[in-house]
Amino acid sequence: MSDEHLVPPGARFVGTREVGTAEGFVDTPEHDLGLSSPRGKQRRSEWVQLLLEALHYRVTQVGLAMFLLIVTLVVVGPYVAPHSPFEFVTDPYAKPSAIAWLGGDCLGRDVLSRVLCGGRSVLILSFSATAIGMVLGVSTGLVAGYARTVVSEVIMRGLDVLLAFPQIVFVLLLISVLGPQRWLLVLGVGVTLAPPIGRVVYGTTMNVKEGDFVLAAESLGVSHLEIISSEILPNIVSPLMVEFGLNLTFAIGTIASLSFLGFGMQPPAPDWGLMINENRVGLVIQPYSVLVPTALIAILAIGANLVTDGVAHAMIGLERDTGSA
Amino acid sequence: MSRIILTVRDLEIALDPSGVEVDRDVNLELVEGEVLGLVGETASGKTTAATSLLNFQRRGAKIVGGSIRIDDRDVLALGGSQLRELRGGVISYVPQDPGSALNPALRIGPQLREVLEFHGFGNSEAERRTRIEEMMAEVLLPSTEEFLRRYPHQLSGGQQQRVVLAMAFACRPKIIVLDEPTTGLDVTTQAHVLDTIRDLVTAHRVAAVYVTHDLAVVAELTDRIAVMYAGRLVEIGPAAELFAGASHPYTRRLLQAVPVLTGRRTLEGIPGFAPRPGHRPAGCAFAPRCSYAVAKCSAEMPPEEIVGQMHRVRCWRHKEVETQAPLLAHDDDRPLESCGQEGLITVRVTAWYGSREVLHDIDITLRARECLALVGESGSGKTTLARCIAGLHRFRIEGDIAFQGKGLPRLARDRPRAIRHAIQYVFQNPYSALNPRKTIAQILSQPLRIFFDYTRDQREDRLAEVLDLVSLDDTVLSRYPDQLSGGERQRVAIARALAAEPTVLICDEVTSWLDVSVQASIIQLLVRLQTEIGLCMLFVTHNLALIRSIAYDVAVMSEGRIVEYGPTDDVLADPQVDYTRKLLADTPKIEVAQLKT
Amino acid sequence: MLSPVLKIILRRLAFGLLTLVVISVLVFAATQALPGDTATAILGKSATPERVKVLEKQLGLDRPLYEQYFSWVAGILRGDFGNSLVGTMLPVTQMIGRRLMNTLALMLIAALIDVPTALVLGSLSGRFRDGLFDGFVSVGSLTFAALPTFVIGIMLILAFATQILQILPAVSRIEPDASVWSQMDLLWLPALTLALASAPFAVRMLRGSMIEVLESDYVQMARLKGTPERLVLQRHALPNAIVPFIQVVALDLAWMIGGVVTVEYLFNFPGIGALLVSAVSDRDVPVIQALVLLIASAYVVFNLVADILTILVTPRLRTGLQ
Repeated sequence: MSDEHLVPPGARFVGTREVGTAEGFVDTPEHDLGLSSPRGKQRRSEWVQLLLEALHYRVTQVGLAMFLLIVTLVVVGPYVAPHSPFEFVTDPYAKPSAIAWLGGDCLGRDVLSRVLCGGRSVLILSFSATAIGMVLGVSTGLVAGYARTVVSEVIMRGLDVLLAFPQIVFVLLLISVLGPQRWLLVLGVGVTLAPPIGRVVYGTTMNVKEGDFVLAAESLGVSHLEIISSEILPNIVSPLMVEFGLNLTFAIGTIASLSFLGFGMQPPAPDWGLMINENRVGLVIQPYSVLVPTALIAILAIGANLVTDGVAHAMIGLERDTGSA
Repeated sequence: MSRIILTVRDLEIALDPSGVEVDRDVNLELVEGEVLGLVGETASGKTTAATSLLNFQRRGAKIVGGSIRIDDRDVLALGGSQLRELRGGVISYVPQDPGSALNPALRIGPQLREVLEFHGFGNSEAERRTRIEEMMAEVLLPSTEEFLRRYPHQLSGGQQQRVVLAMAFACRPKIIVLDEPTTGLDVTTQAHVLDTIRDLVTAHRVAAVYVTHDLAVVAELTDRIAVMYAGRLVEIGPAAELFAGASHPYTRRLLQAVPVLTGRRTLEGIPGFAPRPGHRPAGCAFAPRCSYAVAKCSAEMPPEEIVGQMHRVRCWRHKEVETQAPLLAHDDDRPLESCGQEGLITVRVTAWYGSREVLHDIDITLRARECLALVGESGSGKTTLARCIAGLHRFRIEGDIAFQGKGLPRLARDRPRAIRHAIQYVFQNPYSALNPRKTIAQILSQPLRIFFDYTRDQREDRLAEVLDLVSLDDTVLSRYPDQLSGGERQRVAIARALAAEPTVLICDEVTSWLDVSVQASIIQLLVRLQTEIGLCMLFVTHNLALIRSIAYDVAVMSEGRIVEYGPTDDVLADPQVDYTRKLLADTPKIEVAQLKT
Repeated sequence: MLSPVLKIILRRLAFGLLTLVVISVLVFAATQALPGDTATAILGKSATPERVKVLEKQLGLDRPLYEQYFSWVAGILRGDFGNSLVGTMLPVTQMIGRRLMNTLALMLIAALIDVPTALVLGSLSGRFRDGLFDGFVSVGSLTFAALPTFVIGIMLILAFATQILQILPAVSRIEPDASVWSQMDLLWLPALTLALASAPFAVRMLRGSMIEVLESDYVQMARLKGTPERLVLQRHALPNAIVPFIQVVALDLAWMIGGVVTVEYLFNFPGIGALLVSAVSDRDVPVIQALVLLIASAYVVFNLVADILTILVTPRLRTGLQ
């Protein structure tokens, strides 16, 4: 861990670890003692297990429902929209009517249709950005955490510099140079997501590397690459899942914000963030054109966050039980 | 006849909120001025029982029944300010880890003063100051302004523990509960702390409950012993009587597993392992592992029976147990014979850790088919040396490590395959030596894949062979490390080393994290392996008593140097160097108990 | 020689300075290392090769890169950020000046709402862990933490400024030259938005540190010594909980800087966030450079202050042992 920032900038806090006692079983919840459903000899791959474990929590169930609801809407939406999102079907800021169930937007297009078609960009762009961030963050964190040489220090310092920019500001900087392009959005947001992920992976990798089983592999002469993939990676899967969830939530927020500011999808595209911006002038007259896309973004983001929280709780339970390195 | 000041009846503690039972039917009493050793291994419930004496449990456990009477007041019925008065004033607690028990943000002066303030001790600052000076003098610490202004992290481990002791004795309580207070301290510091405890207890006629798993310490310090197993008190009585010949099979087996410093003894472990909370049978929990067990034992929990003055036991068959011959300190007087083999590995090195020189001019030889013990305190460099030989030392080494006459590259990675498989290493911590995300089968197959070209069937056969060598059932193959006990995990670690068909086995403190009885089994295993396979072994440990059972030669290390080197029997019987003499003198000896009668 | 504390602090300062230099290079490289694009972009439709060349010369874009960089830095150290490329081409410093004050005022109000609330909510939910209160706070934090800042803003507008309660103005219309303080009621909604957006993180971190402290060995030990509960919290828990608190506040403030951008845009608040958005739309390079540098520097400074305060407050670090 870089010791230059005692709390790394951009740190996010998920939960608290239970502290074990001298006898080691006092803080262990019942099911970890193998008292209810035994963990059994059969174990599926870890991330599946983590998800199943997380589903026991109310938080995950509610969050997953919310998230899947929006995803379904986004996928199915365009096929069930009554009108084209670009068609002018009524008066600007018209009240809800038979033609336009949610009324008209600032130019008289059907709010309902635009809403049904407007989620795709948010979802796809956020997922892509998160994926890029994960790939970049994990690779840098893994290498830096494993190598522990001057190179790692340089890499981590580099990440620290990136962390000195608020996410949005960094992307705005890029946009000011290259214009509002979708690939830039994805890349820019992805790059800003990488440093916090990198830090977490760096810290976790260093921890795992302290485990004697890594030394054991070294003494057998196992190659560095194989150690990383077969000894270290499996031990960071759980925290990585949590990081994915957290960053997806952030990405959704950032991408929606950028569209809201006018730097994401451009008119006349039906994008939720863009819609909110376009229609807010007429907020008092026709709230639905703002309210509905706002609510949808909110539900999507909250759902993602709740699921992540559930997975994080499950991870803490899993770590305690298996004595994760 | 001294009076009894503490009586515990039917104490019951359970996990919270699940209600799973941790301790049950615990009855004990404490006599004024005596030291009661509360002994047990992992999952025995001894720590939870000890803290309940102050009506305290950590998050996750709750006291659900029973009574604890100190001078006719039931501690468990007290609450609020009455309980606070009791804690620190009438009964104090000394925790296991002094470093984390002291507030890192406060200087030690105020932390000492607090205890006096809260119990209304002294009517003025001056009086309290005097008392603090007395307290510090008693624990052999300075009471200068400079010292009292220090923060906890500016003290050594031993000093921290003594500050905590001073706090505990400050208000002259009647009872003190000490929870493994010398864990983590090196032998010399431990000896000091034990002396301090002994002096304080005698000087102030304080009764003490000393929780520990170290029977040698118990032998030197305690008057009576209470043995716990799986949450129940199985035997309690005068130390001398228990050491001479216990009434409970577990006590007996436990005593048989403790290594002895002044002679050789065949260490025997106990097959099986202790059941965790929630997995305990209806009858006696020890029955599955007990050689005296009959049907009744598993069906019904034996009641407490009196077998002597203040000596009780819970066993249906204690009469048979008592007829056994008394336990011997040494049972093996044959001199260890060297096989007179030639040197297999010669080591002449100086090594660094970063820019610091940590090993100076080492010169030792490992002989084929023999075991060399490497002994020293933490920081002496023994692990560093072991790692150098194994090729795991990342920093600079100057000198030469030769295997069968040929020099070895520094890192294992750079060594030819034939050498890598010939020299194998077993780690200290069984909880960290196995990848928690791999099955045992995967872990054990790794060396097979790397060193040998086996077909699948051959591999399976070899796995079965190797498990058999370490006495493990092949059902472990599909399990994950967290499903095994500490002892089983260490066996797997040894199996992994054996799977590579080594000539040299380096064991780095392989029993330090294990219970006494488990340690004995592992030592048994290692001795057997050494004779059966003819391994050359380097046995690293800080426990001097252990080496007699296993090593022909011993090298004693201190601060990166080998200070004494020779046959085990000779070195231990007649050490030539002051350091070794002091080490021997400071090591607690269980034999002391035998001589006490 | 220097006391160990001073040495550590100087090291941190040096690193902070280095970070600033690297950031300045990055900002410069991002905006000016592509001269053709910049000039072309500025001229837009009226870009002909000759015009581009003339503009480049005017902006000094034809000089070697490092020369451009150093003259830019020299200017900054003199307080001269150049002139805006649009509109009346005012000096950047002038454009930023008043707006910076406004943004700082906004952040201050937001912090005054956010920090005490987070402290209370975090400490109480940590103290009474797993209770009903903790549950509510937890769900609340999860919810607000997920929402993008502008969504929170919209929700507040919908709640307070439209149908439900017509209390506060939806859009800030502060006279350009009047000070923000004279029109406080226009500050509340944006400040509340900022506060609600950053509070959840602070609450969770404070809750976590509270739990860690209350379940630490030394607090248990204090209870086992017979310390009255009030003093346990005051004397043993509090000094150890302060450190994370400082870090949380610094993180919070730093985070707010980013949130300011969308909030000001949404509420049309005349601060540097809104200025940045319009500068990006207009490709107003000098303004963008100045603002990004300013924001990044603020981040670095906040973290530096947090680190230094942490060192001063932690005995272990103060005495130089690391």
